[in-house]
Amino acid sequence: MSPVKHEHGPADPLPPEACLEVFEKLSEYLDGELSPQDCAHIQEHIRDCEPCVAFVESLKTSIRASRELRSQETVRELPEATREELKAAWRAALQRRTG
Amino acid sequence: MAEFVNPEVEWAKRLLEGDAAAFTPFVESFQSKVFQYTWMMCGQREDAEEVAQDTLLKVFESFDQLREPEHVKAWVFRIARNYCLMKRRRSVFAPDKEFSLDELMPGRMPGNDSPGSAASDRVPDQRELPEQRLLRAELNHELETAMQELPANYRSVVLLRDVEGLSTTEAAEVLDLSEDVVKQRLHRGRLALRKRLAGYLTPAGKVSE
Ligand SMILES: [Zn+2]
Ligand SMILES: [Zn+2]
Repeated sequence: MSPVKHEHGPADPLPPEACLEVFEKLSEYLDGELSPQDCAHIQEHIRDCEPCVAFVESLKTSIRASRELRSQETVRELPEATREELKAAWRAALQRRTG
Repeated sequence: MAEFVNPEVEWAKRLLEGDAAAFTPFVESFQSKVFQYTWMMCGQREDAEEVAQDTLLKVFESFDQLREPEHVKAWVFRIARNYCLMKRRRSVFAPDKEFSLDELMPGRMPGNDSPGSAASDRVPDQRELPEQRLLRAELNHELETAMQELPANYRSVVLLRDVEGLSTTEAAEVLDLSEDVVKQRLHRGRLALRKRLAGYLTPAGKVSE
């Protein structure tokens, strides 16, 4: 592991400022919504900060789980009559558009 | 990031051209998406099914007004959200509440998450062990509960951005929020979920439970 620039052992209840700054912008960082400067700044910090790496990884895992979320509750199939009603509405709308 | 075309966009374009073959996949996809969103927002099965049907009917009735099929998902969810709001009074899940960044900050949380104590946050390696597959199913289950316990103002943003994959701009339009508010709520919502799921995000954490 590369040397850690700053210390925040278990005795220290609060992570240092640098980590908090990263913490605040993590979603924008992961979503690619930060300016190149801010992004580089975070990348540089994370490279040398093991707790931040662990935190980022757990956040990424949690976001990935959200992307794959499938509710236990599933919807019942639409009745045939409803499908027909929907299809008729669609055809009527297209008719309005072209006619 | 690589751009890819959502199948819904393709179906919407084909439906605009009158291609009936795109009808069933479009209906089935959005019926289950809108159902899941409404279910996660209010927890009432009948309400969720009703919202899904009402939304689809409204979508097709105004299909001639779909100007940008590239944004069909946001367009449908904008309609769904209005029907969903009418049902929200009956919601059994957590109501709106504000989180301060402070209370989500690592080190201040009970259980003392990293940064500061990385032990509970160590990442599992990427090999897919049978236990890991099980863990994933469990994580999905736990996430559904955690999502329902997330205050509604954060939940709606996380559902649209992460679960449905809408962009920040699209989610802001659907929910009538500024993009900055969407970003802020997304971040805090994600942090709250991560905190709640911390024990499930690593096999080590699971064992120690
Ligand atoms: Zn750090
Ligand atoms: Zn650090």
